[in-house]
Amino acid sequence: MAVLRPARPVPTPSMQTGAAGPGRATGFRRVRSHWPQYLAISPFYLLFSVFGLFPALFSLYLAFHRWDGLGEMQFVGLKNFQYLLGDGTFWLALRNTFIIWFLSTVPMLFVALAIAAMLNSTVRFTAFYRIAYFIPNITSLVAMAIFFGAVFSTNFGLVNVVLQAVHLPAVHWLTNPLGMKIVVATVTTWQWTGYNTIIYLAGLQAIPSEVYEAAKVDGAGPIQTFVRITIPLLRPIILFTVVVSTITGMQTFTEPQVLFGNNGTLTANTGGAGHGALTMVLYFYHQAFDNHDFGYGAAIAWAVFLVVMVFAAINWRLVQRRET
Amino acid sequence: MRANRFRGLGPHLVLLVGVAISVFPFYWMIVMATNTTSDIYRYPPKLTIGGELATNLSHVFEKIHFFAAMGNTIVVAVSTTVLVLFFDSLAAFTFAKFDFPGKRILFALLIGIFMLPAQLSLIPQFITMVKLGWAGQLQALIVPAAANAFGIFWMRQYITGAVPDDLLDAARLDGCGFFRQYWHVALPTIRPGLAFLGIYTFIAAWNDYVWPLIVLVNPDQLTLQVALSQLNRSYNQDYSMIMAAALLAVAPLVIMFVLVARNFIADAVKGAVRG
Repeated sequence: MAVLRPARPVPTPSMQTGAAGPGRATGFRRVRSHWPQYLAISPFYLLFSVFGLFPALFSLYLAFHRWDGLGEMQFVGLKNFQYLLGDGTFWLALRNTFIIWFLSTVPMLFVALAIAAMLNSTVRFTAFYRIAYFIPNITSLVAMAIFFGAVFSTNFGLVNVVLQAVHLPAVHWLTNPLGMKIVVATVTTWQWTGYNTIIYLAGLQAIPSEVYEAAKVDGAGPIQTFVRITIPLLRPIILFTVVVSTITGMQTFTEPQVLFGNNGTLTANTGGAGHGALTMVLYFYHQAFDNHDFGYGAAIAWAVFLVVMVFAAINWRLVQRRET
Repeated sequence: MRANRFRGLGPHLVLLVGVAISVFPFYWMIVMATNTTSDIYRYPPKLTIGGELATNLSHVFEKIHFFAAMGNTIVVAVSTTVLVLFFDSLAAFTFAKFDFPGKRILFALLIGIFMLPAQLSLIPQFITMVKLGWAGQLQALIVPAAANAFGIFWMRQYITGAVPDDLLDAARLDGCGFFRQYWHVALPTIRPGLAFLGIYTFIAAWNDYVWPLIVLVNPDQLTLQVALSQLNRSYNQDYSMIMAAALLAVAPLVIMFVLVARNFIADAVKGAVRG
């Protein structure tokens, strides 16, 4: 180590052009002289190539084949994608995913913004509130899905007990198509509302108080100030939370996988009664790892990727435009 | 005077309702885990903590190898965390403080990788593990997770501000090579950043579900989350037993988190707001 040539410091313009000699040899020597740096960053790129890039490319290749993982791979062209377009179950899964995303994200972000605004106006106990609100986010999703399944169970689950106490009829939360989606959305909302609150709070605290003072001088009321000043200034943060919840929401898997994998039997999980909670990624998992239809599974994975990208881009545009 | 003292109360009441919603599931989980299923699943149900925890847990230990699963989870979470801390901080240090040909492209690639959703690579990754003979083994969880784009990205931001260039220059004048600068100058100064990334990685590894579910094909070699989900699948009606297992799987992490939460939340927000 001691004989190492001292590494060069941070960017200097002269390094771009090379100090001396004919370009080529210098270029090579420059690369070679930086071997400790390449060595230092190599573990990530090596691991990524083997366990990230190669698999992603290989799954694109797989999407054009029929393969059960054991026998010969058979080239089928676009057949997997053609089948996907006509596959009613996939479209149902797409619809379910969107409904669950909507049921969780919309209340989650509005409530988070309201709580963050309130937190921002108080001075005491903020450390306590932050911790209490953040805890759901670090809690195991598997455990919480099991928990909410127990709470929403039809016979004497806590929710139906409360309904009974106020003389309302019990709801078959775990077999009714809308009820199932509400249960999944509840788990997500519980887990992520506090996280988004903390993120919004950080954004609110970054707004200089002079801005509010100026609004006060101009005679703006609290609601007007919030809508006209706070929300526009918070736009980048709102954008971040919308994009993150779009990307994670479109890939919902664990909640329905845990909640509806247990109809008394150990059969494959296809989103419970009537596929009511079948999401896109759960359908992908079912085709790939229950049915061992790796080609079709890969095609679904790429379709999900496309949906996520397009929908994230649309939301990005919507949020940006609404607030400019 | 009096009116003043109570003025701030309104928001606190609302905020406390929020706290109650955040924390209530833990209370109810404890109630379920410490009573019998028939005490909870009746009308009206028992609403207070009972004395059946030991019985419920003993049923858990009869049904699954709980402590083996917890041991596996700890092995995976600890080794992943150690590897991530070393590889990510070393790469982040390089990106933050050194210039080398191709740096920009390599860093842009890193950010692009962020965007790649996991399920794209799940099938080929599973096949790779089968071919390597790693399916069912814990290294199938540890090795692919040993370095990640998020950690390098976050650490690079952190190191840029936390490690003074003067200090590195001084070390260089003293004849310190690249790796000694990392080990003797950077590492000691970035301890708070390492603490955040370490906790973050540990929590993520502890709670990870999808990949372990796919690759742990041997039913005797599971992690906590997979074992818990299988327990729920097989004995769905015995709520108290399942909640006892869930409680035991969740509690260590929640307790650890509460102890370190203050700094952790601040750092998590920094990453999100900047990124």
